[in-house]
Amino acid sequence: MGTAHGSPHIHVNNEMAGGFVGTASEAEGAIQEFLEIAFVPEFHTMLVVLSTLILGAAAGMIGTFLLLRKQSLMGDALSHATLPGIGIAFMVMVAFGGSGKNMPGLLIGAAVFGLVGAGSVLFITRNTRLKSDAALGIVLSVYFGLGVALLGIIQQMPTGSAAGLNSFIYGKPSTVIIEDLYLIAGVALAVTIVCTLLFKELALLCFDECFASAQGWPITRLDASMLALATAVLVIGLQAVGLILVIAMLIIPPAAARFWTEKLKPMMIGSAVIGALSGWFGAVISAMATSLPAGAVIVLMATTIFLFSMIFGSSRGILKQAMGQYRLRRKIGHQHLLRACYESLESRIESVADEVFLSKGSSVTFDSLLSKRSWSPKQLRRLIQRSTKSGDVTSHPSTENEIRLTSQGLREGARLVRNHRLWEIYLITHADIAPSHVDRDADQIEHVLDSDLIERLEQLLDTHGAAKSVPASPHELNGGAVS
Amino acid sequence: MTWLEIDTWIVVIAILCAVSCSLLGNFLVLRKMSMMGDAISHAVLPGLAVAFILTETRASFTMFVGAAIVGLLTALFTQWVHSFGKVDGGAAMGVVFTSLFAIGLILIKAGADHVDLDANCVLYGSIELAPLDKIQILGWDLPRAAFVMGLILILNMVFVGVFFKELRISSFDPDLATTLGINAQLMHYLLMAMVAITTVAAFEAIGSILVIAMLIVPAAAAHLLTDRLLHMILASAVFAAISAGLGHLSAITLPRIIGFEDTNTAGMIATMSGVLFAFVVILAPRYGILSKALHRLALNLRILREDILGLLYRVDELKLVDRPAMTYRQLREALNTGPIQLQLALRRLRRSGRLKVTSRGYELEEPGRKRAQQIIRSHRLWETYLAEHFALPLDHIHAPAERVEHFIDQQMQDDLALETSTPTSDPHGKVIPPTTNS
Repeated sequence: MGTAHGSPHIHVNNEMAGGFVGTASEAEGAIQEFLEIAFVPEFHTMLVVLSTLILGAAAGMIGTFLLLRKQSLMGDALSHATLPGIGIAFMVMVAFGGSGKNMPGLLIGAAVFGLVGAGSVLFITRNTRLKSDAALGIVLSVYFGLGVALLGIIQQMPTGSAAGLNSFIYGKPSTVIIEDLYLIAGVALAVTIVCTLLFKELALLCFDECFASAQGWPITRLDASMLALATAVLVIGLQAVGLILVIAMLIIPPAAARFWTEKLKPMMIGSAVIGALSGWFGAVISAMATSLPAGAVIVLMATTIFLFSMIFGSSRGILKQAMGQYRLRRKIGHQHLLRACYESLESRIESVADEVFLSKGSSVTFDSLLSKRSWSPKQLRRLIQRSTKSGDVTSHPSTENEIRLTSQGLREGARLVRNHRLWEIYLITHADIAPSHVDRDADQIEHVLDSDLIERLEQLLDTHGAAKSVPASPHELNGGAVS
Repeated sequence: MTWLEIDTWIVVIAILCAVSCSLLGNFLVLRKMSMMGDAISHAVLPGLAVAFILTETRASFTMFVGAAIVGLLTALFTQWVHSFGKVDGGAAMGVVFTSLFAIGLILIKAGADHVDLDANCVLYGSIELAPLDKIQILGWDLPRAAFVMGLILILNMVFVGVFFKELRISSFDPDLATTLGINAQLMHYLLMAMVAITTVAAFEAIGSILVIAMLIVPAAAAHLLTDRLLHMILASAVFAAISAGLGHLSAITLPRIIGFEDTNTAGMIATMSGVLFAFVVILAPRYGILSKALHRLALNLRILREDILGLLYRVDELKLVDRPAMTYRQLREALNTGPIQLQLALRRLRRSGRLKVTSRGYELEEPGRKRAQQIIRSHRLWETYLAEHFALPLDHIHAPAERVEHFIDQQMQDDLALETSTPTSDPHGKVIPPTTNS
């Protein structure tokens, strides 16, 4: 347990609360210490920092494929299933006269049981009616229970205490020695090489399993090699992060990277970078505050990056999505306004280049527009303001009750009404939908019809020759035209 | 081994915990949300830690509230990350529960270290010590864990009893539930809250890892045994209770075999539930691997027997002067089958009087000929049907007919004959034998 209230961990709490620090000098000291450990660490600290950094990168890389294959939680089952392997390896090594604490031996035991766990999950999902969620739950709890029972026995062994084994559950990076670093680096290197060599195959597997299997790729073997790589990463992560939290290293970095890109290669690289950063910062902070569980600190670093990405991500971030939706809503509102104006004036318009009509300046009243759609006066007023700014309508400055289309607005309105009605006619003639039912469908699609599609509609409906006129509405218009 | 009073109490507490969890687990398994149980039982850690820090005691109402809130938050956060961030459901769960667990670990280290709480006891529990912590209830000296878990069991039974209809409909068909006016979303969060409360109550006694095992394994095993929800719930409860009893028994007996005293009861209960689950997977009457394999074997043998009869009939049909009787070797080559299956099939056919062995080889008896006639009739009627109604070329109709002939009954034969206007020969020009029943 150690000392709980030493000064180091106060620094850490401050760091994590976003830099709320009691006194300025204390903050300066903490930052200086952080930089010192991050860039010019002592030898042993460097071992720890390097090992978590490499681990994070490797986990981020293979985690990308697990995430896209929707198998993220497989890591959970795998990592829990390693515990009995560790216990059995310990017992076997003690039985053969060893100390039982031989790291490669323990990790081989862990890897074997990780694979057994993966096999059990596949066996249950293929041979029973249970779905993968239940299979994962069964494997992780039963194997972990077995592991706990084995540790219970090991604790009574006279030869050696099992205290070291507990660090596999929560992780203890400070126990890393140079040989462990070589092991971690070796496995990470192997993962990188295999991921690069199998990149095309794994990408295909993630995006279109059926196509991959139709092309003759060995799906099961590819899946198995992906899980084997994941197991390897989990196993080397046991010592540093612990078996409960190591799965976070497989899940969180790729999920964070996904917010920044739609492409696989950048996502894989980004995920590796995020994993490496989490491992690096996490290890430095836990080196500053030795009383804190290091695995948890590393995971929270990754979580922080995840939250940042989820909000600010340039591709799928919440802000980006919200902005896109806001723009779309604005565009739809604008287009609805123009169409409403055009339809109100329709009977009096001869053509879209109707100079006489425009100069005479027939206008629509606010109230007649209000009755066209289910918009509130406030919404409508705001729409008119925006469209005035873009130069599509003008409203009389004194009354604000009379709205006119500009020549640009008239053309745009005509185009929109035409698109709307082409779609309506298409639905009526080709999809056998009643004229009274087509308005709503066309209302939604008119904003996204591109010129290609319009051209095809024109060909289908044979209106191509008849100039670019606006066809008459196939159904009665709501609200009626103004006189 | 000596069975003491404390062992009885351990088993009682274990059974109460196990049954409480398994009741809720049925709905998790049916809704394909088993891993939510895993997520919640990890994620309640920060809730516990905060409650500890605030009240400095392990037996408080605050703890339940704290954990239940965090349990609900887990479900809520997962939903948010999934829908706002468009992250895959499993990954969203993984992000949320590992992060919460990490926060919990840090809170315990940073704030609750001087309180009697560490992550170990949350993971494994300490059921061996639970009976020692006693309280007075109506003059009885009860272990506190037994009392608390008894209450939780009653609470869960009431929950499942009262909301049985709602839970059932929203588990099998959430959309139907919504149209019937049941708030499926509300049922979801209620269930999550119950899981969180049960987890908190049970963690102290049996540890969260056993909570996960008892939430999922008994219900999954029961799901393989029955198709009725009520039966499944009862079966999972029985299964959970047996795991609990066997688990403790094996925890204090099995290690003796290799010379140790005993081991962790919670771990052994999880292991035993896994062993029982393995038995169910193999032996379940309908969905078990063994019964499925036996069914397949029986079907294979029936098809082989019918193929033998059909083959001999076709040979007879050739009406060759020096009729080549089929020897065992010829049969094996013609049917392309293993010796064991063929022996089994032939023995069965001879015993039922459909086949006889003469000096020349195997020959059909009268009952065998009748049966063969039926199969050949089915085969050729199907060929005719395929050729007439699907306009399949002649070289494409034999293979499907060969597969389907074994599954055409009298009724279907009559229908096929009617559809193809009672032909006398098939598209290959072979005679369709008349039905034997008229």
